[in-house]
Amino acid sequence: MSEDGVMSTQDRLIYMANQIARNLEVEGPERATAMVAEHIRAFWDPAMRQSIVALAAARPEALSPIAAAAVGRIAAA
Amino acid sequence: MGFTREADHGTPPALSTGKHVTLTIDGEAVTLPEGTSILRAASLTGTAIPKLCATDSVESFGSCRLCLVEVEGRAGYPASCTTPIAEGMVVRTQTERLKQLRRGVMELYISDHPLDCLTCAANGDCELQEQAGAVGLREVRYGYEGATNTGQAKDQSNPYFDFDPSKCIVCSRCVRACDEVQGTFALTIAGRGFGSKVSPSQNEDFLASECVSCGACVQACPTATLTEKTVVEIGTPDRAVVTTCAYCGVGCTFRAEMRGQELVRMVPWKDGKANRGHSCVKGRFAWGYVQHQDRILNPMIRSSVTEPWREVSWDEAIAYTASEFRRIQAQYGTRAVGGITSSRCTNEETFLVQKLVRQGFGNNNVDTCARVCHSPTGYGLKTTFGTSAGTQDFDSVMQADVILVIGANPTDGHPVFASRMKRRLRQGAKLIVVDPRRIDLVRSPHVEAAHHLPLRPGTNVALLTAMAHVVVTEKLYDEAFIRARCNWDEFQDWADFVSEAARSPEAIAPLTGVPPEDLRAAARLYATGGNAAIYYGLGVTEHSQGSSTVMAIANLAMATGNIGREGVGVNPLRGQNNVQGACDMGSFPHEFSGYRHVSDDVARGAFERAWGVTLDSEPGLRIPNMLDAATDGRFKALFIQGEDILQSDPNTHHVAAGLAAMECVVVQDLFLNETANYAHIFLPGSTFLEKDGTFTNAERRIQRVRKVMSPLNGYADWEIVQLVANAMDLGWSYAHPSEIMDEIAALTPTFAGVTYARLDAEGSLQWPANEAAPHGTPTMHVDGFARGPDGKGKFVVTDYVPTDEKTGPRFPLLLTTGRILSQYNVGAQTRRTGNTAWHPEDRLEIHPLDAENRGVNDGDWVSLRSRAGETTLRALITERVAPGVVYTTFHHPETQANVITTDYSDWATNCPEYKVTAVQVGLSNGPSDWQADYAGHAAQSRRIVSAEAAE
Repeated sequence: MSEDGVMSTQDRLIYMANQIARNLEVEGPERATAMVAEHIRAFWDPAMRQSIVALAAARPEALSPIAAAAVGRIAAA
Repeated sequence: MGFTREADHGTPPALSTGKHVTLTIDGEAVTLPEGTSILRAASLTGTAIPKLCATDSVESFGSCRLCLVEVEGRAGYPASCTTPIAEGMVVRTQTERLKQLRRGVMELYISDHPLDCLTCAANGDCELQEQAGAVGLREVRYGYEGATNTGQAKDQSNPYFDFDPSKCIVCSRCVRACDEVQGTFALTIAGRGFGSKVSPSQNEDFLASECVSCGACVQACPTATLTEKTVVEIGTPDRAVVTTCAYCGVGCTFRAEMRGQELVRMVPWKDGKANRGHSCVKGRFAWGYVQHQDRILNPMIRSSVTEPWREVSWDEAIAYTASEFRRIQAQYGTRAVGGITSSRCTNEETFLVQKLVRQGFGNNNVDTCARVCHSPTGYGLKTTFGTSAGTQDFDSVMQADVILVIGANPTDGHPVFASRMKRRLRQGAKLIVVDPRRIDLVRSPHVEAAHHLPLRPGTNVALLTAMAHVVVTEKLYDEAFIRARCNWDEFQDWADFVSEAARSPEAIAPLTGVPPEDLRAAARLYATGGNAAIYYGLGVTEHSQGSSTVMAIANLAMATGNIGREGVGVNPLRGQNNVQGACDMGSFPHEFSGYRHVSDDVARGAFERAWGVTLDSEPGLRIPNMLDAATDGRFKALFIQGEDILQSDPNTHHVAAGLAAMECVVVQDLFLNETANYAHIFLPGSTFLEKDGTFTNAERRIQRVRKVMSPLNGYADWEIVQLVANAMDLGWSYAHPSEIMDEIAALTPTFAGVTYARLDAEGSLQWPANEAAPHGTPTMHVDGFARGPDGKGKFVVTDYVPTDEKTGPRFPLLLTTGRILSQYNVGAQTRRTGNTAWHPEDRLEIHPLDAENRGVNDGDWVSLRSRAGETTLRALITERVAPGVVYTTFHHPETQANVITTDYSDWATNCPEYKVTAVQVGLSNGPSDWQADYAGHAAQSRRIVSAEAAE
């Protein structure tokens, strides 16, 4: 979070994707990737999903491996 | 319903033994449960034995000697209240000797009682007066000279009731009600003999005493000694209507006692299954906001939030609302608008707002205040048990042997249920409290927790996993239950995970700060102490791992077999009156009513056929997502019914920026709330007393809300939404909320058996209420879980992931937030009542060590700073909080505690992390710059030009 306490929307989406991945990574990479992708599909509106796909392409280093793999699946679907 | 008092059978029902006995009362044979008192038996069969010290809300006492009877074969004249019925007993309730004795007793009472009946507030509603009549008192031979207890000063310190000791007959019903019903033990009888007096605490006045103003004493008083101020001012009521309280998720039912359209008093309804005749200071007394001068009664619009409001006609306001939403959708797209439903409104109103969004706006951008409180409960319990709701009814607590309270403060947040819980604890149930603060339940009169685990905020998952570690490694789990009711392989995966040494109580002690031996003892007690029930609140959900914590709780209950019968279960204590209902009604952007995902073709198809439109199959935006989309310019209009997101949602700066970026914000509310500072259209709302509908409480109990007066604003809230819908050509034609419920029932399988007729007949129904459960479902998951095709509960591995909100040199303390008994949430209602007598401002609780380090004295103004913002408030130095932790409430807009809270949220639901914010505290001279600016902006944005002046 920035020092003024407000994240940009882009930063927040990346943060959220990584946070979901971090909470599910205990399931192991394969299951966690599927669960993160399913979670994002079930709870994020289409514009948020499009944004995270675009962000994954623009800032690949920002996403954790599981989050990146999950977003990759959403992009491919 | 005309006005009659509820029947008082003198003593409570006997504890059920299953046995009945037959006796004769005044020549009539009577068969009743063993253990019933003669007084109650007579009352149940139509004979009112005179009585004064007995009332059926408290145990019999046998002090007034008025209820004497004759029993064949027994010497003397036993008190019928303390004498249980017996097989073959022959009782006479009215004989010459009894008449003489009762008259003599009554003569003594009246010889020390004022004779001002005609001008007394209890005239016509006084048991002493009634019993004097019943025993035929015609003279008082002792005269009125000599020693007397009359002429004493009244105690009028309580804002809602007066105490007039001159009228007291020292029956001690008030003392016993405070002890037995409320469990506060604030009252006692001081002195002895003729000098005996009711005394709040140590001869203090009521307001200064420990009294919590629940009203149980007022309810129990047979004279005018304890009388509601409204009865003193208005007089006695002439009719009563049963309705449901609009404060917390306990859902107490009350008799609204009326004279004409004037509410005289709210009296807890004895037949109410949620409250069983009890109440708290909010529901019983704090309803004055209904007629408060701040209520906005005319619709208003403005083109910019810098302009004053302009009062307009309903027609103009509704037409403008519809045209703005259509204009914005045409310009920015279908998904550029949305709505927020209210957990304060009825199920029917909530259903209509989400219908307006899905059918009328054509998207799923609808969310509700549950986002910021119990959305993790929805996610967590749906994942593990298959249903987004608590598993028990409130009565269940009376069968519990071990009660685990985690992240909840029931005596403040859910006081009427807390009284039930305390009653069970006094009977011997064991208590475990998991909370960073030493809440009242930890130690209060006749209640003491066996274990208090004062964990560091943000470590719930680590602590619960360590409890699971003990359960699994010490083999305290219920293998038979798990094999029958869950998937054994999933259990084993979970058991392996929690058994790792890194998750033991010893290993996680440095994180949680909880001594491992205490944690082990608590886990053993929960697993082996008999029926174990978990009650939790927002201290569980409002964390970055809120959903994980809910699932960790569910895991623990399943592993120990504490699910599916009375006395056990997982019980979220819901914050608002209808938060359960708002969730049930499809207020979340990803699901329809009954928790069915919008991508579910079968569910969506049913709604499409009923509503005649194609519905969006994609999930919509949650509240924080809406605000983000607004600041990015993609979201432009929001219809908000009965929620004050600016004050209640986290990181006020973020909320304000989002609202300011919208072109049309509609606020439908009672008052110009804080959110309305950013609104363009204000639609005045109605109160729960002014409309029909239903609320669903934390037990899944659907209860009727009944209109007792006409809406001052002209319309019930459901009518206003219907007007908007019809201005958007949706063609709705509901004539009464019952028709909305019929539509809900037709479209929602768990509500299939719910109609107003059934609710009137049953009093209330706990969903699921359908063909399979025509009388509703008090206990869930009895034979199988409501999930999946096989009905198996799911163990979910919950890894502890620390929050990113960290303390450090700049922000070394952890702030956690909560509520206080006398105030309610953002305080919009309670701040406009006499409840301000108890809590006129939010205070910062800080431990003496932390205060001393900062040179802070009790009552000093201090600044409270986080990475998100700064505010000021006065310090309250207390050891209730641990060193390193500070605490405040969020009831007052002047404090704006949410200026401090951050954007961090639950990983699964975006429920904000209100309960953990890293802060610094320092001495301050007065309001922060932000508070000063905000006050100026609020005053500016609340200017109103009346309709006449505008022309």
